[in-house]
Amino acid sequence: MLNRETALPLPGERRKSKLLTTRPPQAERLPRLQLAPAPKWHAVVEWGLRILAASAVLAIALILIFIGKEAAPLFYSSVVRAQVTLSKMWVAQTWPGYDEAVSVWQPVSEIPKFGVWPLIVGTIKVTIVSMAVAVPLGVASALYVSQYARPRTRELVKPLIELLAGIPSVVLGFFALIVMATWFQDRLGLDSRLNALVSGAALSIAVIPVIFTLSEEAFRAVPRSYVEASTALGAARWQTILRVLLPAASPGIAAGVALGLGRAIGETMIVLMASGNAAIVSANFADSVRTISATIAAELAEVVFGEAHYTVLFFLGTLLFIATFFVNSVGDWTIRRMKAKLGGGS
Amino acid sequence: MSAGAPAADTPRSPRRTTAQRVFVRTVSNRIGDTAMALSSGFATLLVLAILAIILIDILRNGIGHLSLTFLTQAPSEGMTAGGIFPAIVGMVEMVVLMTLAGVPVGVATAVYLHEYAPAQARATRMIRIAVSNLAGVPSIVFGLFGLGFFVQFLGAGIDKAFFHGQKVYGQPALIWAALTMAVLTLPVVIVATEEALRAVPRELREASLALGATKFQTVIRVVVPQASAGILTGMILAVSRGAGEVAPILFTGAAYFLPHLPSGLSSQFMTPSYHVYVLATQSPDVDATKPILYSTVLVLLALTFILNIAAIVVRARVRRQSGLAH
Repeated sequence: MLNRETALPLPGERRKSKLLTTRPPQAERLPRLQLAPAPKWHAVVEWGLRILAASAVLAIALILIFIGKEAAPLFYSSVVRAQVTLSKMWVAQTWPGYDEAVSVWQPVSEIPKFGVWPLIVGTIKVTIVSMAVAVPLGVASALYVSQYARPRTRELVKPLIELLAGIPSVVLGFFALIVMATWFQDRLGLDSRLNALVSGAALSIAVIPVIFTLSEEAFRAVPRSYVEASTALGAARWQTILRVLLPAASPGIAAGVALGLGRAIGETMIVLMASGNAAIVSANFADSVRTISATIAAELAEVVFGEAHYTVLFFLGTLLFIATFFVNSVGDWTIRRMKAKLGGGS
Repeated sequence: MSAGAPAADTPRSPRRTTAQRVFVRTVSNRIGDTAMALSSGFATLLVLAILAIILIDILRNGIGHLSLTFLTQAPSEGMTAGGIFPAIVGMVEMVVLMTLAGVPVGVATAVYLHEYAPAQARATRMIRIAVSNLAGVPSIVFGLFGLGFFVQFLGAGIDKAFFHGQKVYGQPALIWAALTMAVLTLPVVIVATEEALRAVPRELREASLALGATKFQTVIRVVVPQASAGILTGMILAVSRGAGEVAPILFTGAAYFLPHLPSGLSSQFMTPSYHVYVLATQSPDVDATKPILYSTVLVLLALTFILNIAAIVVRARVRRQSGLAH
């Protein structure tokens, strides 16, 4: 009989033999027995349950359909295409009054300009800052809570970090706008109060709990025998952590980072309130930025239904949906694989 | 401690004695261990400090203006005086509608997934993937979805069918905001309910079936009642999420200021989260609104924290129960 420890490949080792792969145990199934005869209406209700259970699938499908539907005129409507096409959005244009080809986001000027690169650069900059803060903090605190903290400390710290996840994003945005922005400006002497650094730092507060929770789970899921074996071979604790624990927990950490990344890309209120919302392309993190999500939130309320601007905003929404869907699927897939390996099954 | 010197001499340090090597190694391991413990402990402290700073700042600046009249009066004088009563009413109405629409569907999904669905079937896997992806959809995308589907499609359709094209439901409204939020919080309910169902001991199901109950009777009379605390957790978390989100209701029903309370499903509504956003970003006189702003944030934060702590407590009880059962 294989137990879960021997079935686990060592970090870095690929599993070759089919015999060693254990299937995750089936979720608790009842043995086939002669059950009491059920009235007809039970079957009807059970079918109802089955239909309701499809609601999540239906929701995902409807989201894609109805956002895509509003974005579709970009490809066929001559009215919309007179103002904006895919190439005008993605390729830098030489606009009247400009000397060279640039990608500009000015949807409500005399000649509407829908260059998306400023928004994409803005989103990437804010995401980089937030991940640069959140990944080390999230993983390190997960390491501390799972490896160093006493049980009582753990019982206290874990709910507190979960509480951090419960702070509404509008409150974090408010805090960034009123408190953090001034603090950053005073300390760093920045030109603009609201910029990629401030919004990225505020965003990281929302991302840290995601990374923390999954990393902590991953650290705790590493079998004790790994750590014991490493210690028995004479490795110091820090060597065990760096060379054994961290590699073994890496799928879970990667999943946490992926889900955190999804959150960072899609988060709206924090960046809307604290990023300054200036659509400029620059490598300077102290400049104001405008992200895709904040653009949709700020502009959709003022556009006319069905016109080019409206269509482009829904197109941006579709992009955002696809990007986060992809990132989340990667994270989700990693979690599933890890759970299957550890024999948890769910 | 560290297991002495290696038997073979390493070519790198030919002149050191064994005792010296042991000493160097012990010291470097001490340094490494201390550095790792300190840095990870410091990271944890920093995260907790962030939480503390946010809480203290909001509590200190928000408590001053908070009073019973603040909670029971309408805003006045261009948002520089008065309270947030209409916003609280609006939020309660939205959250109740959201719960009524979302929780039954979420519970049904979880019950189907855990009690009925064949674990390896493709349909089951698809539902699970959809649930976890739904949890990751950005909230602003839910806003777009609410506008495109509920307002423009369902609402306009209802208007065409029942109101001769007059705009009643085909515009941002309480009901559409609540339904959008119900879709957003669906995964929260599903995940919490399923965890609770998993904690119900198998023996209870077997005992019920052995007594001659049908599968459905077992689920409804034995399993779901046993899981009710977990379902409650999911509901509380969903409410907390719904009360705090802004992006999904930006275009589906939230209003900055309304002279009267919402009169029906098709009217717009005020809510504290949206109130905070507008006060913080679009106020003409920031200094005059700041006390009100801080107090509104405090109310919102206190509400979500109380809900979250309640959820944590209930869930801890569920986990302890399931721990005893196995």
